[in-house]
Amino acid sequence: MTTSSAAAASPQQYLAAQIRWRPVEIAFWLAMLTPYVLTPNYLVLASQIAITALFALSLDLILGYAGIVSLGHAAFFGFGSYTAGLAAKWGWGEPLSGLLIAGLAAGLLGYGASFIIARFRHLALIMITLGLGLLLAEAANSASWLTGGADGLQGVRMWKLLGIFAFDLYGRTAYGYSLAVLFLLFLVARRLINSPFGLALRGIRENASRMPAIGAASSGYIRKIYTIAAAMAGVAGALLAQTTETVSLETLSFQRSADVLVILILGGAGRLYGGIVGAIIYMVARDQFSGINPQYWYFWIGALLVAVVVFLPNGILGGLARLLPAGGRA
Amino acid sequence: MSPSALSTRGLDKRFGSLAVVQEMQFDLPLGARYALIGPNGAGKTTLINLITGMLKPDRGEIFLGGDEITSLRPEGRVKRGLVRTFQINTLFPHLSALEAVTLAVCERRGCTGTWWRKLPTYGDAIEEAHGILLSLQLGAHCYRPTRELAYGQQRLLEIALALATRPKVLLLDEPAAGVPQGESAELFQVIAGLSRDIAVLFIEHDMNAVFRFADRIIVMVGGRLLVEGTPKEIAGDARVREVYLGGAHRG
Repeated sequence: MTTSSAAAASPQQYLAAQIRWRPVEIAFWLAMLTPYVLTPNYLVLASQIAITALFALSLDLILGYAGIVSLGHAAFFGFGSYTAGLAAKWGWGEPLSGLLIAGLAAGLLGYGASFIIARFRHLALIMITLGLGLLLAEAANSASWLTGGADGLQGVRMWKLLGIFAFDLYGRTAYGYSLAVLFLLFLVARRLINSPFGLALRGIRENASRMPAIGAASSGYIRKIYTIAAAMAGVAGALLAQTTETVSLETLSFQRSADVLVILILGGAGRLYGGIVGAIIYMVARDQFSGINPQYWYFWIGALLVAVVVFLPNGILGGLARLLPAGGRA
Repeated sequence: MSPSALSTRGLDKRFGSLAVVQEMQFDLPLGARYALIGPNGAGKTTLINLITGMLKPDRGEIFLGGDEITSLRPEGRVKRGLVRTFQINTLFPHLSALEAVTLAVCERRGCTGTWWRKLPTYGDAIEEAHGILLSLQLGAHCYRPTRELAYGQQRLLEIALALATRPKVLLLDEPAAGVPQGESAELFQVIAGLSRDIAVLFIEHDMNAVFRFADRIIVMVGGRLLVEGTPKEIAGDARVREVYLGGAHRG
């Protein structure tokens, strides 16, 4: 058992060992570079996967760590997308500052929404997030003078990334850019969940009603993480706008909110990598299934979902963690 | 008159037409060990909920060390040193015992807002948490997830979480509920060994434990204070005997 090794280490060392980088993590990130060599024709898809992974990671922060269920997370993705798209359309096509602006805008929206979010839990939250998502989607639809409505936002022209790399048709720049942003924000998320704040979030997820009894006001933490997650989702949306040079209403849609939830559950919520693994599997599967049968590919997605939930209730990563020996807790 | 750690004045609470707590009034001196007893439905847990702010009283006042706290939120009362444990384990199932207590320590120290520093850098908070677990004989199990701990250990973890907030007043709602007789004595030994800086009020049905560990006993019946006194006085009180022995027959 772990007692012999644990008794030797101090509690501090034990906790430090829990959050140390594992070889499999480093291998995972190196493997993320391989599409450049192995599947150079699929870099556009790879870029979409990285963006979706970032979006799923942002949902994981609130759902997987703080236990806040959301069916309207696309609101922040889409808001970031339109912010970055409009900035470029109105003449500021610099990508990095565009990301920053979009992240701030989505974060601000999230901060506003968090005052409502922090007051509810469970089913009520599903209704509220769903409502907020629909609200924003319809607002964007009706404000077609601003958003282009159902035709999408046209005229988004991006400048070269860092003044050097132009966004090309093959997604070479797009993938490198999306992957780099995903990795950086992953580092932020990883640090965040391994901090005292991250521990407080897990406390809320595990037992929100106990938190006041140890002197903690949960609502402050919930507002904070919701704001951070919204900003991160906004950056993901901005990446999509910048790399595709267009923004459609779909970025705000219920479908996107539902997809990202499915992706996270598929990969495994509360595990940081769950959203990334889920995004890879879901989007590759969708690409392949729609190649086989363009009309009915959701049939297979449905089958995949049922299979995962039945056989791997904690998602794919949860299933993998069970196979690994003790100590390999993902 | 010595200042009391905790006192209530004329507390009333009704659920609809049912008066669960009526004109409840008592003083818990600094460092005292008081037991709160009474038959089921006497309003003991409701009283704890009122004192800790989980319920709002309809009338009356609550004082903590001389300050009125009647309208303070539950977490605010904890920050001022008024802490409770729960009759039914109310823990963090997937956090290890060490993580759970560290969380409570960090919360008290005000570092839980920090998201850019790793938890292990807070060495003294972790050591403090570990020290609390050691003092409650949970040291050997502190790396295990809470849900895997034995029931009795979970009861101790309830107390560990409360101690991590450095309470001045500790309210224990049936600390030994569900624990077998033998282990219950051990648990009360732990409670008896707590620092005398902490005033303790505990609800308990096991009369052996009550008479052994309480300085004074408060008896509640039908939401009201029936009598308060030393264990000896309570043992000899005819009204208490009637409630416990004869009450069942007369309804």
